[in-house]
Amino acid sequence: MKSLAELQAIKNRMKDRVVLRDGMEGIRVVVGMATCGIAAGARPVLNAFVEGVNKEGLEGNVTVTQTGCIGICQYEPVVEVFEAGKEKVTYVKMTPEKAQEVIEKHLKGGEVVSEYTIGTVA
Amino acid sequence: MKELSLNILDVAENSVKAGATLTQILLTEHDNVLKLEIVDDGCGMSEDVVRSVVDPFYTTRTTRKVGMGIPLLKLACEQTGGSLTISSVTQEADPVGHGTHVTATFHTDHIDFTPLGDVSASVLTLIQGHPDTDFLFRHETDGGVVELDTRELREVLEDVPLNSYDVMQWIGGNLQEQYEALSQVTV
Repeated sequence: MKSLAELQAIKNRMKDRVVLRDGMEGIRVVVGMATCGIAAGARPVLNAFVEGVNKEGLEGNVTVTQTGCIGICQYEPVVEVFEAGKEKVTYVKMTPEKAQEVIEKHLKGGEVVSEYTIGTVA
Repeated sequence: MKELSLNILDVAENSVKAGATLTQILLTEHDNVLKLEIVDDGCGMSEDVVRSVVDPFYTTRTTRKVGMGIPLLKLACEQTGGSLTISSVTQEADPVGHGTHVTATFHTDHIDFTPLGDVSASVLTLIQGHPDTDFLFRHETDGGVVELDTRELREVLEDVPLNSYDVMQWIGGNLQEQYEALSQVTV
């Protein structure tokens, strides 16, 4: 059973690691989660990023957050990747599978998956 | 929306945006009727606004002139013969008891009933996106109750964020176990 005692153990393990990450350095992955995004399938895309980033051990450098409507509802699910000193990358019509590829190639490898970006799809 | 759980996620986001410190998501299933309530202690809405949120051409968003969240929920319940009601008290009217209460009822045996889907995933998504606000999730069925209160978890976690990956895994596992215990009763 996932007991509160188990949660307590997680807390004790994490307590020392918390303060580490602050500020805007690193990569920020933002998933559009307004009505349009949710209806188009953003929930599993967000999950794929949260899961994948942690499975790949990228959580120290990559934060996954949610935002409202980005304004291009017809291209949802939309995912924006922000990195200091670089141009914002906008991925459109995302799926969990495409998310996996973006994690591998872009977040891990530093190479933008241009075939899923708005410039290519639109 | 393919699942009601997505409507729940969408409408609960409004509560968070209204500045709620606690958003309650309450599901009660009994005799082929599903009641969904989303109750928050956010800033509330005036009567005029309450009337207009069911109108798809009303929205608080700035990027588009339409807001489909409540209209889609209304459609989902009314197409089963159910109904949607919203009551709200503004912060000005009541500085202590303000907030919004959305109630939607569904007839689950109606052919146009949208399956509930993965409610746990929606709860997790809400927590992931809003680790600093609290959520109470309660799903009552004839087979028992599934319940999660982030205030209780926060007490254990202290300053460890609720959306830490390990904590989210724990929450997901906890909900799954509770649901499994339910189905053993009902089957």
